[in-house]
Amino acid sequence: MIDNHAQTFIEEAFELLSDLEAALLELEENPSDTELIGRVFRALHTIKGSGAMFGFDNVAQFTHTIETVFDDVREGKLPVTEELVSLTLKARDLIRLMIEAPSDEASLPQDTQTLIDSFRRIADGGNLQQTPTQNPNTDSQAQEASSSPQQRPECTYRIRFSPSADIFLTGTNPLLLIRELQFLGECNVFADLDHIPALDEIDPERCFVSWDIILTTDRGLDAIKDVFIFLDESSTIDITMIDSEDSSLMVKEETKKIGEILVERHDIKSEELVRTLSEKKKIGEILVDKGLVSQAKVEAALIEQEHLKKVKKTPRREEEAASSIRVPAEKLDTLVNLVGELVTVQARLTQMASMLDNPEMVSIAEEVERLTGDLRDNTLNIRMLPIGTTFGRFKRLVRDLSQELGREVEMTTEGAETELDKTVIERLNDPLVHLIRNSIDHGIEPPDVRESVGKPRAGMLHIAARHSGAYVLIEITDDGAGIDKEVIRRKAIEKGLIGPDTELQDKEIFSLIFAPGFSTSEKITNVSGRGVGMDVVKRTIDNLRGSVEISSEKGEGTTVTLKLPLTLAIIEGLLVEIDRQFFILPLTIVQECVELSRADVDKSHGRDIANIRGEIVPYIRLRESFAIEGKRPDIEQIVITEVERNRIGLVVDNVIGEHQTVIKSLGKVYRNIEGVSGATILGDGTVALIMDVAKLTDSAYVTAGLAMAS
Amino acid sequence: MSVSSINGTRQYLTFQLGEEIFAIDVANVREILEFNSVTRVPKSPEYMRGVINLRGSVVPVFDMRLKFGMDRTERTINTCIVVVEVSYEGEDIIIGALVDSVQEVFELEADQIEPAPKIGTHLRTEFIRGMGKKDETFIIILDIDKVFSIEEITSIQEMGEEKAAATA
Repeated sequence: MIDNHAQTFIEEAFELLSDLEAALLELEENPSDTELIGRVFRALHTIKGSGAMFGFDNVAQFTHTIETVFDDVREGKLPVTEELVSLTLKARDLIRLMIEAPSDEASLPQDTQTLIDSFRRIADGGNLQQTPTQNPNTDSQAQEASSSPQQRPECTYRIRFSPSADIFLTGTNPLLLIRELQFLGECNVFADLDHIPALDEIDPERCFVSWDIILTTDRGLDAIKDVFIFLDESSTIDITMIDSEDSSLMVKEETKKIGEILVERHDIKSEELVRTLSEKKKIGEILVDKGLVSQAKVEAALIEQEHLKKVKKTPRREEEAASSIRVPAEKLDTLVNLVGELVTVQARLTQMASMLDNPEMVSIAEEVERLTGDLRDNTLNIRMLPIGTTFGRFKRLVRDLSQELGREVEMTTEGAETELDKTVIERLNDPLVHLIRNSIDHGIEPPDVRESVGKPRAGMLHIAARHSGAYVLIEITDDGAGIDKEVIRRKAIEKGLIGPDTELQDKEIFSLIFAPGFSTSEKITNVSGRGVGMDVVKRTIDNLRGSVEISSEKGEGTTVTLKLPLTLAIIEGLLVEIDRQFFILPLTIVQECVELSRADVDKSHGRDIANIRGEIVPYIRLRESFAIEGKRPDIEQIVITEVERNRIGLVVDNVIGEHQTVIKSLGKVYRNIEGVSGATILGDGTVALIMDVAKLTDSAYVTAGLAMAS
Repeated sequence: MSVSSINGTRQYLTFQLGEEIFAIDVANVREILEFNSVTRVPKSPEYMRGVINLRGSVVPVFDMRLKFGMDRTERTINTCIVVVEVSYEGEDIIIGALVDSVQEVFELEADQIEPAPKIGTHLRTEFIRGMGKKDETFIIILDIDKVFSIEEITSIQEMGEEKAAATA
């Protein structure tokens, strides 16, 4: 059974794992970056800690081994090698598997054992070379870890650190020591400034400050003592354990009262405390008033109390201050649905208000409309995520693929902060993976080939995202071999997709790649060449109401551009009518509306072509293609749309106006219907269909092509 | 599902298509609506009458008469949409069934249900779960999941497309 906490752990662990992956990949490039090593270590440490807490013992056990290795790396005992990074990446994948499918057996799977052995080998090798004395220690630690998954309990210590006045002369910086303590765990520091003399008496070379440090750590007393190992003899250091996770070590369980703490710290005597307690003032104030302790002492004790309270209250693990909250995605979906319904009701209200012709009513309706609009924008905004998270994942993919295929690839990204709807990002993952694979497999040549044609050995792969109106454009560019138009042409003729004499523009040739079963790769690799894929990419992007475009120059490289709508839930639409049936056109593709009179139709001699300010624009009669009966009006309207750079007109009876369109699915039953992508509910409760203009124009071209052929 | 899989007493909703009485298990019935307007979806088979707005959800409506090879349902004061929940490709979906009129809910013991006759009805036998009898009238108990099953819908859709292609 997975309870709520475990679920939270899993979500958090996945985040940590992707951070770990990103840090590892960066570390590979900058092996000496201590910040990155720290990031890797902290991620491992947190996974281990919370894993053990939520019963993922095998995860904790396994992670511990890697953590131990990185602990050595952090201390400079081990170097960062490519082997280590590769191993850790593999380990990361295993941890993910272990979290995804927790096995009932406490034992670790075979793979993990092999990995653990490799890590031990690295750890031992490194230690043998550099610090032989440490070796048995590390070994026994690893032993201990594999025999008992239980980690050391977290304890809270009070450390009173009073450096001698001459500490600076020994070359010790007390602040560095304190910073080192902060690495050990959650740490609160209070500086005691009581002994600082007046300004004119201060000797800047002497230290007048002492510190009280409250530290919660699972590293044990020795780790703390190690920090102060080089402290000169006249400085005093006093470490007391004041709280422990392991109740056997501590008798008292509840948070201590401030008076008790002061007594324990020998700042006051217990009789004094009892006496003062009988008065009803705040204990801290009273104590200060009585001159028993200084204000600073009370403050220090207060900090200790705060710290203990926090440790008790929150689960024991490193937690950063939350500036955001975690909400299940379903809750957001519900919110979006509710807003959708609100928009529908608001449309009804607006319609009623205008029918009733009551100015007051109209003003209320307008107010509601404005608020609904704001609410809609805000709600949809909540679902927006930066696409950068996906980019991070591709770094790994590019690394693995280029190793597998013997390519050298430098991946750069741009516009990682560009925001897209969560659903779009999720569904975008597979197509992007496929396109990147294609670029590396078909596009970028092997290093030697590249050198021979005068290109740098390492290929360039650039992924860029940017906003463009209501769309987001994602470009995947490589400087590889490019696409040979002639090869595609030949293949297409071979497969009977086009006739041998068909004249095609570049764009049309490239779009052939998206035909099902089309692959020009000579040999089939693990990665691509099976001819499935590009059509899947196209279909996925179509389903997201986006489009794909390819441009390529032979020998120069290829750019694939994905154009995606910002959101899937609500769009701006243009409401049109044919014989009392209502349809919505996405406003983003609408360019203009023009009239089509009988005279115009007669003038064009039966061809469905309109003359828009000198430009010839073909049009589709929706009444006919949708088989809607009834007499068509004398003056019809042509809505001029532009889809994938094709201008095409759609003839309707009436254009009603803009409409905020909440997109509803037509469901599985209607999924094979072409030309309609969904439905929406109008103000009066009737259902209007949303037109899929790209599909409509496609099928119109097909019909036109067939007509021409016959 | 065969007759043998029906056990105990169950409640059935009866409705009329032309002269015949049909029944479906009330467990499948969500609600019954008046037949007002349906938005027709272009390029869909004729028996799929279109979609309606059911409190904010878009629900497809099927003409049961056309589905069972009768004439198209004409709107009368009694015409109803029976909203049913059916299993469709392993997923529960909501579909509206357009019928001439809804009659009543009544109980039938399992042993009162006879297996479907092999002949004598123009319905495909796999649609029929069994035959019941009430006041000397035969009632055809439908297997509603089968009636709206995916194979059925696609095959009819293809037929519709073929027909459209033939007329084009």
